[in-house]
Amino acid sequence: MTGTVRLAPGASPAPADPATRDALVGLLLTMADDEFVSGFTDSEWTGIAPLLEEDVAISSISQDELGHARALYQLLAGVLDDGRDEDAIAYDREPDEYRHARLLDHERGDWASTIARRFLYELADEARLGSIGAGWPPLADLVGKLRREERYHRMHLVAWINRLATGGTDPRQRLEAALAELGPDATSVFTPLAGEQALIDAGVLTRSMADAEAAWRADLTTILVPLGLPLPPANSPAADGRTGHSAAFRWLWTEFTTVRHSEDGATW
Amino acid sequence: MVTAAPRPADRTVTRADVLAILEAVADPEIPTVSIVDLGMVLDVRRDTDGIAVELLPTFVGCPAQEVIRASVIDALAPLGEPVDVQFTWREPWTSDRISDRGRARLAASGFAPPAAPEDVRCPYCASDRVAMDSAFGPTQCRSLFYCRACRQPFEAFKPI
Repeated sequence: MTGTVRLAPGASPAPADPATRDALVGLLLTMADDEFVSGFTDSEWTGIAPLLEEDVAISSISQDELGHARALYQLLAGVLDDGRDEDAIAYDREPDEYRHARLLDHERGDWASTIARRFLYELADEARLGSIGAGWPPLADLVGKLRREERYHRMHLVAWINRLATGGTDPRQRLEAALAELGPDATSVFTPLAGEQALIDAGVLTRSMADAEAAWRADLTTILVPLGLPLPPANSPAADGRTGHSAAFRWLWTEFTTVRHSEDGATW
Repeated sequence: MVTAAPRPADRTVTRADVLAILEAVADPEIPTVSIVDLGMVLDVRRDTDGIAVELLPTFVGCPAQEVIRASVIDALAPLGEPVDVQFTWREPWTSDRISDRGRARLAASGFAPPAAPEDVRCPYCASDRVAMDSAFGPTQCRSLFYCRACRQPFEAFKPI
């Protein structure tokens, strides 16, 4: 018994249909890797955020995201049932094996860049969480819980988008520059999943990633357009939106695997 | 320290015995409020395999979970039966699960119980002249407030 909290054995049994199972593995891995990488990227602000309250806020949000990643990796470990626990899945992969979206491959950047990235991702994640059906109860149960927490992240980010957009020339220009840089990668969160139709047929998903993207774009429109800010370009997600990671991610990977690599199998 | 036997030897452990013990197990970040009053105990089962306790994490990533699990196991150890403690998402924990006694104890400890921001009252002077400084506080479950009446910063539980 290691020192981590785990779900009851058999709490996330794999779906019987092999096609659904394989597609579910892909869905859980992308969701978990997105939360994991965004959580680690933003935890880099701890101690150096622009304001004390924001230092606490971004640290708390990062802690939430890492907790969400861990819960998702636990579900994935149950489905894979290959002897790996959530820590092994999270830390014992090579950089090219991570499946987070290209939007999250960017370096932390300045505060406006962090807010723009988090904003685009958080609303995309919300659209994705809103696409999870009751077809696989372990995920449906967890998502019900996650959505309650993500509400606070959304409030925080929408407030910051407003503040930067209306807070004077410099913050506005920084926000516009960040949205211009990140916008083309934003749809990568909705990269089509292998076996997506099987997940829809099984009720694990209630709609395609393309439909989730449309919902996200409508949501973004209500916030960005009144502020005179541009929507991300309506490019279809590239097929490689979750592979081929950046130098920035490779640096982050070295950071977040440091403790794991310093003593294999260590527990707190 | 020698612990007195928690029950007469001539009767079996009941669910009520277990719950009574759990009334004394606290969240390490809020030592005055038990996990029962926080609404974290979803189910207690007593069967031939021993005692099974199902707990609801307040926040998915709360780092106190393992400490709480270990505390439950330690507290139930004197019963001399196998104890299985699991966390579950089967039902989402919400701040509405905190009991009235839990809310009163939170306030007595300087934490405003969960409420919509406009309904938060200062836990020290009960004033409504309070302002939220930040939705995020030192733990995942708390926000930062300031009381303009008694000029005290305080923390409030997030309604979730």
